Amino acid sequence: MQYSEKVLDHFQHPRNVGEIPDASGVGTVGNAKCGDIMQMFLKINDDEIVEDVKFKTFGCGAAIATSSMATELIKGKPLAEVEQLTNEAVVEALEGLPPVKIHCSVLAQEAVQAAIADYRAKKENKQKEEAPKAE
Amino acid sequence: MHVYLDNAATTKVLPEVIEAMIPYYTEFYGNPSSFHSFARDAHKGLDDARRTVAKCLNAANPSEIYFTGGGSEGDNMILRGVAQAYRKKGNHIITSKIEHHAILHTLQELEDKGLATVTYLDVDENGLVDPEAVRAAIRPDTILVSVMTANNEVGTIEPIKEIGAVCREAGVLFHTDAVQAIGHIPMDVQDMNIDLLTLTAHKFHGPKGVGAVYIRKGVRVPAMITGGGQENKKRAGTENVPGIVGLAKALEIQTGNLDANMKKMTALRDRLIAGVEERIPTVHLNGHRTQRLPNNVNFGIRYIESESILLMLDLQGVAASSGSACTSGSLDPSHVLLAMGITHEEANGSLRMTLSEFTTEEEIDYVLEILPPIVQRLRDMSPIYPKGGVE
Ligand SMILES: Cc1ncc(COP(=O)(O)O)c(C=O)c1O
Ligand code: FES
Repeated sequence: MQYSEKVLDHFQHPRNVGEIPDASGVGTVGNAKCGDIMQMFLKINDDEIVEDVKFKTFGCGAAIATSSMATELIKGKPLAEVEQLTNEAVVEALEGLPPVKIHCSVLAQEAVQAAIADYRAKKENKQKEEAPKAE
Repeated sequence: MHVYLDNAATTKVLPEVIEAMIPYYTEFYGNPSSFHSFARDAHKGLDDARRTVAKCLNAANPSEIYFTGGGSEGDNMILRGVAQAYRKKGNHIITSKIEHHAILHTLQELEDKGLATVTYLDVDENGLVDPEAVRAAIRPDTILVSVMTANNEVGTIEPIKEIGAVCREAGVLFHTDAVQAIGHIPMDVQDMNIDLLTLTAHKFHGPKGVGAVYIRKGVRVPAMITGGGQENKKRAGTENVPGIVGLAKALEIQTGNLDANMKKMTALRDRLIAGVEERIPTVHLNGHRTQRLPNNVNFGIRYIESESILLMLDLQGVAASSGSACTSGSLDPSHVLLAMGITHEEANGSLRMTLSEFTTEEEIDYVLEILPPIVQRLRDMSPIYPKGGVE
């Protein structure tokens, strides 16, 4: 099995590894098939721009590279755009993945979506909490 | 530095072996079944090889050795052949849960076709099969017990002689897949009560795609590959004479150097094991600590995933594996580790490093130098690694 130069680069020098303590949204997803786990932390500002993003991954080389690439693709982008991120886009940016490794890129897409969902849920809760107070 | 620590997958061919093979490509290239001097020379190469292999296994007679196209073929031939030849007695076969897929997938197919009923024996946490469990599993319709001599992933050496004795007592045939053991530890088919045995040349510095089976005189194994009457009608096809000559040469050399090689590799193996345990927290040695192949090291490294470790090692010149070479493209955790009671998560982080007599102390020390930072880097990236590290 052969990984592209780009994959190896992101694997060896992953961008945006770590956690964001006061993240606006955190998504943790797992792959039941291989047991791998990916975590995404998003910091979203009032203009709904993804100001910062960090990840942690327990997984194969492709999982690490796709998480890293996904963070690069979404950092600094408006949420509306980030929501449209597909695993195909991540794979393309990485100059391809071996067929058995495509599912690893799905993990990256799901982790971003889970983090956005978490952000939305938190925001809704906050509005609910704040609503009675406003009365 | 380039360090090859994947000798359980395959080994490099010894120069003496290649030298012994060449004349059978360039001079004695006749078909051994033909009627002329070229054939006679080729035939002599076959006969000599058969004698050498018989001697190295302590088989009673060279006619009990049959050459094959490798380990998988040998396992297939024996399982399918015994199931067919002894079907009047029954179709019950006993094996272990940690066998190579050449055994497990073949038995699965025989089961699916209704040609065998299989009992898969449990192993303990070290990967050992209990001879008493074999005894308890034997039934009146049991035709075969097949337990590997040594496991290819974790290196555990099974109590073959004891299992063989149980089978003898019960009058049941005993087969052992000795692919990982031959040329690495002493083997004696008579002393170990073995009726059937599989070996393959490329695991002991011989060529790939050639192997042999030992079939004790009187045991019926019909041909799986039919055609010409080669190998005493048990395996059709023009013999791979150069490969067979190479197999015998490699086995002869490795058997001659067995004591010295075992001593050398055991020392290096234990240096690597001790070094990893000293430098990396939360690791678990998979397999038996002492009843273990001299060349096998297999660690469960928690909180990280094998492929990432392998990739990092490879980028720094070290070739290792996560388990068996054949399953590295698969996502399923090792059936061997799961059978030993190791969790899915821990099985995901297994690292197998298998040595040869060409492995040096410098190479082991290089691995011990680069592995701990690799593990730490990946752990720092892992969402399941406890914050602040592990004690
Ligand atoms: C225990 C065991 N049995 C069988 C085989 C298959 O041998 P071969 O690759 O020669 O078919 C292997 C190795 O690949 C093995 O380790
Ligand atoms: S194999 Fe599981 S994420 Fe790649």
